Amino acid sequence: MMNFGTPTQTAAATSKKAIVLYLHVHQPYRVRHYTIFDAGKDHDYFFSMPYEDRTSNKRIVQKVAEKSYLPTNRHLIELLKTHAEFKVSLSITGTVLEQLEKWAPEALESFKELVGTGRVEIVGETYHHSLAFFYSRSEFEMQVKMHRDKVRELFGQTPQVFRNTELAYNNDVAYWADQAGYKGILAEGWDAVLDWRSPNYVYRPTYTENIRLLLKNYKLSDDIAFRFGNREWSEWPLTADKFTHWLNATHHGTNFNLFMDYETFGEHQWDDSGIFEFLRHLPQEWLKTEGNTFMTVSEAIDSFEAKDQIDMPHTVTWADTERDLSAWLGNPMQQEAIHALYELQDKVLATNDWQLIEDWRRLQASDHFYYMCTKWFSDGDIHAYFSPYANPYDAFIAFMNAYHDLKFRLSEKGAEV
Amino acid sequence: MLGWELPPYNSGGLGVACYQLCKALSKKNIDIDFILPYKHDEPVDFMNIVAAHPQDVTAVKMSGIAYDSYKYIYADGTEENVSLYEQEHHYEKAVAKLVEHGQYDVIHAHDWLTFRAAMRARQVTNAPIIAHVHSIERDRAGGNAGNPMVREIEYMGLMIADRIIAVSEHTKKCIVEDYGIPAEKIDVVHNSIDIDAIVPLEGDNAYHYLTSMKQQGYRVVVSIGRLTMQKNLPNLLYAAKQVIARAPKTLFVIVGSGEQYFELIELAAKLGISKNVIFTGFQRGKNWRDSYAIGDVFVMPSISEPFGLTPLEAISYGTPSIISKQSGVSEVINNCLKVDFWDVNELANQITAVVRSDALRDELHANSFREFEKLTWDTSADKLHGIYHQEAVGVAA
Repeated sequence: MMNFGTPTQTAAATSKKAIVLYLHVHQPYRVRHYTIFDAGKDHDYFFSMPYEDRTSNKRIVQKVAEKSYLPTNRHLIELLKTHAEFKVSLSITGTVLEQLEKWAPEALESFKELVGTGRVEIVGETYHHSLAFFYSRSEFEMQVKMHRDKVRELFGQTPQVFRNTELAYNNDVAYWADQAGYKGILAEGWDAVLDWRSPNYVYRPTYTENIRLLLKNYKLSDDIAFRFGNREWSEWPLTADKFTHWLNATHHGTNFNLFMDYETFGEHQWDDSGIFEFLRHLPQEWLKTEGNTFMTVSEAIDSFEAKDQIDMPHTVTWADTERDLSAWLGNPMQQEAIHALYELQDKVLATNDWQLIEDWRRLQASDHFYYMCTKWFSDGDIHAYFSPYANPYDAFIAFMNAYHDLKFRLSEKGAEV
Repeated sequence: MLGWELPPYNSGGLGVACYQLCKALSKKNIDIDFILPYKHDEPVDFMNIVAAHPQDVTAVKMSGIAYDSYKYIYADGTEENVSLYEQEHHYEKAVAKLVEHGQYDVIHAHDWLTFRAAMRARQVTNAPIIAHVHSIERDRAGGNAGNPMVREIEYMGLMIADRIIAVSEHTKKCIVEDYGIPAEKIDVVHNSIDIDAIVPLEGDNAYHYLTSMKQQGYRVVVSIGRLTMQKNLPNLLYAAKQVIARAPKTLFVIVGSGEQYFELIELAAKLGISKNVIFTGFQRGKNWRDSYAIGDVFVMPSISEPFGLTPLEAISYGTPSIISKQSGVSEVINNCLKVDFWDVNELANQITAVVRSDALRDELHANSFREFEKLTWDTSADKLHGIYHQEAVGVAA
């Protein structure tokens, strides 16, 4: 593990050290094998695939609910009951909430139960897990509002802290969130930006007044999210005891920001890897030391002063070695697809046809563009290509056929396309 | 090594594959006696080429196509037409005699025409037989059973062989299915392509009309190959009709000759797409190379293709490919669109997508070209070398 910050830096004796555990819950509406023969005829892109199909949203959400959401929530509830100091933050997209309502209502209930404890904070984001911030500010704001409304309706909470899709962050995103009244925003703690600074503090984005920035400690987060089950890893097996020891040995910093996909528990790391045991023991081990605690993202922002300001003129995300948007927008197919989609905005919105607008919004999910990424696939390393499609080209073809159908529907309504 | 043809005399990929494999093997210090049924006049310095035919024959004349009958010319000036089976029989006897004086570690036999000779050679030399399958009778018969006599020789050769090499997983699967050979007996060694041997494009493209149509927004779909059942071109025309209905500025260029020529022209007319389908006939040289280059996408929809070199040639000339899943080449290139040969709608779906999106076309080509550049016969020769070593004592690893 690498140490951040200056060794002379010590937290004030009275202050606490907190683990800030933030989990991201999301499922997109994958486009079925939608062909040019469907376009103009069958306007169902997301639902009518066979249950066994790789793109089947129903099958995937039910599988993930069973393997990840339900067991993880059971463990989290248990931890919340056992440890008064245990807390967790969640972001949960509109598209996964809808799918849970339809196909795994018991999983949705367990999320409600979690939030009902009063020690789970919901983080704001776009309803459709989109990259709209970079293409249409008005559409972006609409999706953030839709998400806020949905969270209020289901969980009775109003998000105070914001995360953009894929943790895509730059100074503009921070400025927007500051103006919109959020008290905090989340981003990747990428070395190229942090330089000598540690991600284990609260920061202030440049050009903002009130908002605070929490940065993902990606080394500690990835130890859990990616490396946990890897037997080749020198630290395998990772125990709660060992992990806690690392944190306690880090004498600088106030907040350890462990940000990861919720599906880490049970889906990316399977039950037999011991991931649930790790989760179960982590609070117990961590809380053994006086002054150690857990905080939600808002609490961390309220508890600690900003250490410094952070300038991120270029967009940083939480994906792959480049930490930029190239996994979503790096190749010409991805760019063509996303530009084509946003070009339809005014015409789509002018129809006032909710079904049409919603289909258009579902196509905005960043996942669709990720499936078109060729940078791993093209090197023949097809195992690195996580997607319900056989290859990125099939993903592009299905998406573009859905786009052609959207245009067909617009022309049926008299729009010029 | 027992083979039936070498370039420039060859009917298809067989001769080229043998030539390239031997060339790559010779770099690994493997000494090869390559036995052909005729005298080879082209100079080759990396192996010893031997002719196997009756002793009193002074010349073997060929029509240029390997699976046709040959003409023997005897010392006394008389001529004799020999059928393929007679030729195969003569080859077998001559091979048995030739190997009497040699020392061989393995007998490497290419395709069914050499299998009987291989069995005789094993009786003489005790060396193990490696049967190399470039195509089986089912492929050649366009998915039907084919010639029963050929099947029998093929079956016997594969049963008796000590080891079998298939040019693709697809062919391996066919061998297991058709002849009940255990899969463990078969290794896959993919064919490759000699990138240095590709003649570069030069000058303006020979298709002036198509060049001008492309400037007007048309997109060109190309298919190159024999017009025969195996190549599945009727399905390409059925798909073309669907594509043209949705993307009218699409032209299909069918390059090649064969027994389906008239049938395909009639079918295009019957489908009402003659204006968009161009038959060029058989082409060679610059016209042939430019046929690949003029395409926005190349299509090989074959019913069964043991390997299938044409998509690689297309990629080399700047055109991405749509390839039948029932082909060996689809196992070595990831960055192409793949389709079941019977799925006309999916073929139409894929072609439509490419002609409608230059981004898709360009991304497919850029990434497939990177895969193409890594291909080399050395990889195939390495695998073969390993198999030789397993089968025969005396070959250095």
